[in-house]
Amino acid sequence: MSAFSQLRLDGVSRRFGGQDALTDLDLTIETGEFIALLGPSGCGKSTALNCLAGLLPLTRGSIWQDERRIDTLPPERRGFGMVFQSYALFPHLTVRANIAFGLRMRRLPKEETRRRTAEAVRLVRLEDHVDKLPGQLSGGQQQRVAIARAVVFEPSLVLMDEPLSNLDAKLRLEMRTEIRRLHQSLGLTTVYVTHDQEEALSLADRLVVLREGRVQQIGSPRELHTRPANWHVADFMGYRNLWRGRVARRDGSRATVESSGQRLLGEAVGDFADHADVVVAVRPEDIRVDGAGETSNALSATIEVVEYQGRELAAEARTDTGQSLHLRTEQRIAPGDQVKLAIDPQRLLVYPAGATAETDRLADTPAATR
Amino acid sequence: MSAAGPGRPSAHWRHRLAERGIDRQLILLVPALVFVIALFLYPFFYGLSLSFQPTDGGPFSDYARFFSDAYERGTIWITLRIALPAALLNVLAAVPIAYRMRGRFRGKRLVTTLLVVPITLGTVLTAQGLLNFLGPTGWFNRILLATHLVDEPVRLTHNYWGVFFSLVITGFPFAFLLVLSYLSGIDPTLERAAATLGADWRRRFTRITLPLLMPGLATTFCLTFVLAFSVFPSAVLVGNPAGETRVISLAAYQAAYEQYDYPYASAIAMIMGFVELVVIAVVLAARSRFYTGATGGKG
Repeated sequence: MSAFSQLRLDGVSRRFGGQDALTDLDLTIETGEFIALLGPSGCGKSTALNCLAGLLPLTRGSIWQDERRIDTLPPERRGFGMVFQSYALFPHLTVRANIAFGLRMRRLPKEETRRRTAEAVRLVRLEDHVDKLPGQLSGGQQQRVAIARAVVFEPSLVLMDEPLSNLDAKLRLEMRTEIRRLHQSLGLTTVYVTHDQEEALSLADRLVVLREGRVQQIGSPRELHTRPANWHVADFMGYRNLWRGRVARRDGSRATVESSGQRLLGEAVGDFADHADVVVAVRPEDIRVDGAGETSNALSATIEVVEYQGRELAAEARTDTGQSLHLRTEQRIAPGDQVKLAIDPQRLLVYPAGATAETDRLADTPAATR
Repeated sequence: MSAAGPGRPSAHWRHRLAERGIDRQLILLVPALVFVIALFLYPFFYGLSLSFQPTDGGPFSDYARFFSDAYERGTIWITLRIALPAALLNVLAAVPIAYRMRGRFRGKRLVTTLLVVPITLGTVLTAQGLLNFLGPTGWFNRILLATHLVDEPVRLTHNYWGVFFSLVITGFPFAFLLVLSYLSGIDPTLERAAATLGADWRRRFTRITLPLLMPGLATTFCLTFVLAFSVFPSAVLVGNPAGETRVISLAAYQAAYEQYDYPYASAIAMIMGFVELVVIAVVLAARSRFYTGATGGKG
């Protein structure tokens, strides 16, 4: 129950009826860190969280709190706070009794229980609602009760399982700030599960991207945002433009990729040699429409669809070679405009393609479609 | 939408009636209404008025007769003494089994079927089985005698226990099915949340599951109690109908079909109904002290 300096997951694995839900998760969590487990649904992120909480026994591996092995402890003896996706508030208890529940279970003196409960209520700004039942609260208020209940006994680790996914967009943004604020003021070590990359980037100190039960990449928000480890992570991190190509020449960290008879220069990520099949990944905001006059990494295209998004426009363009690209720009463009697109070589990432079955859904090289 | 046009003057008031829930679909309620009136309300009020028309004496003389006769009056106590413990045991026994049986596991359907089968047996078959199994020469006593645990057969039929076992056997499946559905209605995440907050299984049950289940248990108790209170066949077949299991329905039966005193039988039936109502009222009053709102489950 006491604070730890390090929590270590060592080859944590979980199988469900012959299916691997989580395979060999190695992760060291430092005290005070905010870690986000990120991935599409079914990637094993909730499984990992439940294993940490003790709600799911491990199939293999171990969890260590400093030098103490804890994966054999039942959840009630781990002392971790948890916020559930459905909030899981006790419907028959008032807001105050819900929040005090963890303190009561620890048999703290009455006076201390009262004081700390009141403190937690103030922290989540629910002073006017303490005597209500959860059913009488709005979604955002219920969410705040769930958070207060999970942090009031000062757990050594707080686990959050997609806590914002049941809220509407506006409330989600508010609660995101709230969670960040709480983390900063209480310094709680937090593991946060989400499928929303934006949420993960804005909240976490470190992100763990999972796919099909395996860790794809662990890194800071900036690392994940600018340099995903493979094209699956890139796909998940908002690199909406993905297409297949073939390496014409690799030169250290630079690779020239041939697609649509056009050669584009990009940044090589991972191992591949000349003539290898690769996947190219580009963020919509890294495609410029003011490419007139540029000689390399430029593409002629026609704007097809434009969405107004406030400060920016999101557009879909089709290159002269028949490939469709997503882009974002502050410039005024309209459907039918002829534009010259340009991509900075450092922002055009080139990945080894891996198994062909996985790349099948990606666009072919424009050369092939012609 | 303008007001009703000249061709269809009825549209306007039809809308207004529909807003108050009066529309053609009400016809669907007619069979239920007919059923209730013909098979419950009419016989009930017929019996009620009959009970106030005794063969001799004033309107309340049959009631007075029942309560002044200790042998008759005692049937209330005899019936309660069988029905209350039987209903309580049914509900209490159903809780741990249903608790273990919620959620999915292999063979659940088989176990549920086995637990529910007694419903299909009927009282007479159950009584027959009890006599064969628990009777003085039944297997149970033969085993006890053979293993020298007892020197003479234990009497478990043709007395209080025979009726009690019969009520447990036939009442348990109802209690189990009801409790199982109430338990499935409680979101299992609540217990997981309590666990992460430091509650061991005992406190998870007493602080979270049980309080949420109590209203369901109260309802289940009422239903199994009513079934047990009107016990009649088993009181005759495996009980001692002249003595310790002379239940109130038996007293009513004897008044009606042995003495042919229908008004007196009706009075006994009314008393029987009143006792049931009192017990149910007490249980439901206690029930209302618990939280009865949504419990987040699938049920």
